[in-house]
Amino acid sequence: MGIDLKSLPDEQLVGVGRSGCAGCAAVLVARLALRALGPQTIMISATGCVISNFTHAGSPLVPFMHSLLPGAASLTAGVDAGLTALGKRAGINLLVIAGDGGTADIGLQALSGAAERGHRFIYVCYDNEGYMNTGGQRSGTTSHEATTATTPVATAGGPQGRGAGRKKDMPLIMAAHGIPYVATASVAYPRDFLRKVKKAASLDGPSYLHVLTPCNYHWGFAEGLSIRVAKMAVQTRVAPLVEWEDGRLTNISFQDHDGRPVAEYVKMQSRFRHLTEDQVNVLQTQADMQWQHLRRMRVND
Amino acid sequence: MSRQYMSGCQAVASAVSLAEADVIAAYPITPQTSIVESLASMVAKGTLQAQMVHVESEHSAMSVCVGAACVGARPFTATCGQGLAYMKEPVFWASGLRLPIVMAVTNRSLLGPNTIFCDHQDSVSTRDSGWMQLYAETCQETFDSILLAYRIAEDARVQLPIMVCLDGFFLSHLYEAVEIPERESVRRFLPKVPGRQPMLDPADPKLLNVLVPPDYYTEFEYDKHHSMLQAATCMDEVFEEFHGGFGRRLSRIEPFQLEGADIVLVAMGSMTGTIRAVVRAMRAEGARVGLLKVRSFRPFPEAEVRELLRGAKAVAVLDRSISFGSTGALFQEVVRCLYPVEPKPLAIDFIVGLGGRDVGPATVCKAIESTQQAIVRGRVDRDVMWPDARTDLLRRWGWETHDGD
Repeated sequence: MGIDLKSLPDEQLVGVGRSGCAGCAAVLVARLALRALGPQTIMISATGCVISNFTHAGSPLVPFMHSLLPGAASLTAGVDAGLTALGKRAGINLLVIAGDGGTADIGLQALSGAAERGHRFIYVCYDNEGYMNTGGQRSGTTSHEATTATTPVATAGGPQGRGAGRKKDMPLIMAAHGIPYVATASVAYPRDFLRKVKKAASLDGPSYLHVLTPCNYHWGFAEGLSIRVAKMAVQTRVAPLVEWEDGRLTNISFQDHDGRPVAEYVKMQSRFRHLTEDQVNVLQTQADMQWQHLRRMRVND
Repeated sequence: MSRQYMSGCQAVASAVSLAEADVIAAYPITPQTSIVESLASMVAKGTLQAQMVHVESEHSAMSVCVGAACVGARPFTATCGQGLAYMKEPVFWASGLRLPIVMAVTNRSLLGPNTIFCDHQDSVSTRDSGWMQLYAETCQETFDSILLAYRIAEDARVQLPIMVCLDGFFLSHLYEAVEIPERESVRRFLPKVPGRQPMLDPADPKLLNVLVPPDYYTEFEYDKHHSMLQAATCMDEVFEEFHGGFGRRLSRIEPFQLEGADIVLVAMGSMTGTIRAVVRAMRAEGARVGLLKVRSFRPFPEAEVRELLRGAKAVAVLDRSISFGSTGALFQEVVRCLYPVEPKPLAIDFIVGLGGRDVGPATVCKAIESTQQAIVRGRVDRDVMWPDARTDLLRRWGWETHDGD
């Protein structure tokens, strides 16, 4: 399934030190992606947690540019077009690391356009389900029922945190563009994640990786538990590991999708503390429906 | 050299093609569309080797230009009106990153109510963005301005983006004969700067656009401001070299019959052609009027304007924009220039030509008449007048109108 970690170069492409929160999984996403891609990489990141983590202590050692919040994909498209025009495109990976706000909300238009036009880039969205860099406000990918800084829940059983509806399904939206490669990945499964980044880099066209990225600070769990929460999201099928090629669902990683109750994921996080049993059941139903939907979409070969 | 009959839009495209832009990113908006259509046709025919990026918005158009410029490519975009407004975030960003991007703006008024026609409200609203701005009067001037724009923006002393503004429809869709130079002479005038290092380069990794604390920000702004001032000197040199190479003399400011002029009209863009004709006709009748055409709005030719207006009894600025509750943009600049001048000329701002209203000789004459009356009275009663506003409509809307409005 995954790649052999020993096969990766020892070279670290991130400098010493850190300037973000302790326990941050978003910075792991960026570190792992750079590890897979190597030094011939230009990295672009939209405003967000990775910017806070990455541009003071512990900066990337590859060319790095902080894009405007709505424009990570369009800036990358310009780099792609510029390098192509100058005959310098070959051998360079264009890596975008952007949060869910910069991807699913304000950046969706630019990403959709860049994907539809077929620019070659590897777009990795670290989805920590909210505007965590600005204090944990609700985003379009915030989990159903979760309390956030802008959708606070005062009492148990009170009004829903997120409000109506379920989180925006970015992987399916990107798969619907019919681009060469879309996958979901997890920091709890680094070998699988690295394989997917390398696969994305090998394709001549846009690719999109969506990584559910636990935020200990705003999801409400101890800073040492980020990987366990990420793993639980996969195991409960809240965030299953899936791959699409040319718009067709080609792989669901069954390993570890053992379908344990969503309640186990929910109880790890204080942002769900107010949930009643019925509300937890709503989340369970959403996970079940998503799982059935994905299985039906799988290409039989 | 050849002489071709073409529109303002086609003149832009022709110059961009001769400038050999590497990346063209644009989103369609009337009346800019035929610029991009012409360029797309050149790329399709193979006469222009450029990457066309058909972006989904103006925000992305400018972001693509930024990305392309960061790796050392020569970008181009064009927009106007709502498009320029939508683009505003990366417009400011591009100058802060010191990228020599060239953008054509086919000036168009801003909504609402809905409009597609010409005024300068769009480009004037980006006055403080750190972009240079040239305003063209003719198709030839439009063509020349694009070539000049690349050369000035890419100058090491400047390194700022630049807008070439041409009035929507009045100039973008006006057909005139344009002299097109040979490709080789353009290449000599406009070499792809070999010494310029790309900002994003795996061989030399850098962090771009990182958070700057208050300890540094002021100095970045100071640097931008002084580079903009330095751009004036650079423009003068480049205009001179252009004259030597192509035989046409452009300047940041163009005086017309200012000798002994009691009244000087100041304006930008296509209406200067009409004003020149009025001035010429009135001079023939003995009236002491002149025209000062501003080509470079940023950097503003402050010293030149001050000297050229010294001795005038009154200055009449014709503004195709309005800062609501204040004055038009050009008037503010001109009045600032006049502050140290003694004796001070009277100064009146005439708001004209908004939303595509034609600035014909009647409007210009009316402005001159109002200015003459001020000279006779020895004072300015109202320094902002609307000579082409429809008094019938305004009265129905309950506004008291005055003579000269």
